[in-house]
Amino acid sequence: MIKFSKEQLKAPRFLRPVYLVTAGQSKFDRAMPDKRTEEICVDALTMAAELINVSPAELKSYIHSCYYGHFADHFGDQLLGEALIHDRLGLDPLGNVGVKTGGATGGSTLWEAAKAVASGYSDCVLAMGWERMDEVPTDEGNFLISCAADKDWESPLGHIYTGYYAVMAQRYWQIFGKAEDSFRRTLAEISVKHHGYARMNPWAQAPMKITVDDVLNSPVVAYPLRALDCCLMSVGAACAIICDEETAMKLSKNSPHKPLRIWVTAGSHSLRPADRLNMEIPLLPNETAEQYKDMEKRFPGADRYPGFTGFLGARMCAHYAYGMTGIKDPTEDLDVIELHDAFTISDVQSYEDIGIRPYGQGRTYVESGDCYHTNPKTGKPGKLPSNLSGGLIGCMHAVGATGIMQAFEVASHLWNRWAEFHGDEKRWKKFDRQKPADWTDLQVKGAKRGLAISHAGVGSHVTCTVLMDPDHVIKKDA
Amino acid sequence: MSRFADVYVKNNKYRINGDFHHMTPNLPIRDADNGMKLLGVTNPREMTYIHSYGGEAVFFESLSQGKLMATRCDSKNCDSKGVIYQPFRIHCPDCLGKNTIFDMTDIAKKTSKIYTFMVCERSGAFNILEKPIKFINIEFEGVPTILMSYMSLGEPKFGLKVVPIFKKQDPSYTIVDLSWVPAGTDKKDLPNGFSF
Repeated sequence: MIKFSKEQLKAPRFLRPVYLVTAGQSKFDRAMPDKRTEEICVDALTMAAELINVSPAELKSYIHSCYYGHFADHFGDQLLGEALIHDRLGLDPLGNVGVKTGGATGGSTLWEAAKAVASGYSDCVLAMGWERMDEVPTDEGNFLISCAADKDWESPLGHIYTGYYAVMAQRYWQIFGKAEDSFRRTLAEISVKHHGYARMNPWAQAPMKITVDDVLNSPVVAYPLRALDCCLMSVGAACAIICDEETAMKLSKNSPHKPLRIWVTAGSHSLRPADRLNMEIPLLPNETAEQYKDMEKRFPGADRYPGFTGFLGARMCAHYAYGMTGIKDPTEDLDVIELHDAFTISDVQSYEDIGIRPYGQGRTYVESGDCYHTNPKTGKPGKLPSNLSGGLIGCMHAVGATGIMQAFEVASHLWNRWAEFHGDEKRWKKFDRQKPADWTDLQVKGAKRGLAISHAGVGSHVTCTVLMDPDHVIKKDA
Repeated sequence: MSRFADVYVKNNKYRINGDFHHMTPNLPIRDADNGMKLLGVTNPREMTYIHSYGGEAVFFESLSQGKLMATRCDSKNCDSKGVIYQPFRIHCPDCLGKNTIFDMTDIAKKTSKIYTFMVCERSGAFNILEKPIKFINIEFEGVPTILMSYMSLGEPKFGLKVVPIFKKQDPSYTIVDLSWVPAGTDKKDLPNGFSF
């Protein structure tokens, strides 16, 4: 049984308000033979400058320290890539540091950047993440990804990370999904939704107009997960500029949007699912112990927490984030979210870990239509739209950049600039992509608060980034 | 003439023999859509790493002898006193004291059940297991952790009783020397090199 002390559970606190001023990203794709990594990082930073109508040089003049998210040195075959990018961005001799936390690298990079500003160390920082996953073909890439498992106890078992992950999916599928065809179709619906939203996103790597049956007929990777249930392997970069209030206002003097308040928290759990010990469910503000008393009766086999069906790291970062910002109920308090949909089934698990639905009932978030931009059942706006970018399944998973891409997406809604960014004909042309004739504006009307979950491996690291319009914060002293 | 890299330890120092890398020339990558202009190069590389199991070495050696070793915290004042760890943990995660190593082969033979599983059609480069790979996670009576491994025979399902088998013949001294079959499997059906 794992127990936590009061000190370990306390809500984190920033020493001063922290703002996301601007963000940018490169095109995302499976391979970019025509670009060096520095070129995509420059693309992201120059875009961030353009969004607030300053020159890259002027923006850089405010930056005091830099936080670089790049997970897989062996993929890019370059150690100390952070130093190389830092130099190419013309930011020497500022202090910089690399951040590596698997799939959560982008979120962890924002975590470090936000803390640097919150502490007063820097007034303006760059958080930049990238990944280069095209230097080896897919089988070799799977081998490299499997190196993120325990090298003695797990990696030699097939050198396929999907397998280590999918044993958890199997448990969820049979216990909470009850291996029902209807649940399998719900999972497929997530893929249809994310590939479909990716069609409206010029940065996205895998736009597809597909059906539930297309997903169900795609090749099996690890049953019940099929190829279209899985995230992408990508190349790309994304960045964010994080500032204190005074610098945020200075940098935003010509910006069409206002800076957003930002908070980032983190949680963790074992690298090996094998090591997970049983514990009581840590409750979020919208939950009670009572509602979980008969879990095993309702879901025979739900005898452990987190067992192989929950992600303790995700629950903990949500616990910290909600305590820090005053969120009581994410569905009521938030307007738009981006989740780490590494697999369709892990998307469902996340709904429960962060309290959108109670444990065991994640599927209802999809089945109710709440997760859509426009609820297909009612034709009205979805209650809490998720992954309008297309997520990791439809947009990208350039690991070090992913958590920052998510923040950019959420911010673009809060800035009310989603259509401007995503509908721009020039951008579609620049990326050599065809804007669909039925392109749809996915701006969430009136969005004031959003959240992004960035998640590593089998849940070893998870971060929660919360963004709010400064005039709509929940907790005044947050 | 190259030879396989091999290593032994003397006086707690590595003594290495043979070739730890092999040279393969790089080749240009050219753009077929643009007059075959140069875009990059391949970087072939074959290299042997030297890896120590440290305090876990006894676990991997024991597999080749048909034994499944585990550890247990026996620290007097630790909240986790008596907790058994499989996977093997050198130190107790609570008190950080050194755990006691013990043989849990009998426990595994009598109480192992499949907690979850996955049949995986794909693998990564350097995989040596036969596909589809039947990943299984095994729970043992009295052990709070759940070991990950793979099944060599039969079809996995929740709650299925399984028993360990060990690659005692030509062991690789890696985790793949441990596999599982349904309880009641005849020894003549075991994969080549494996025995109970």
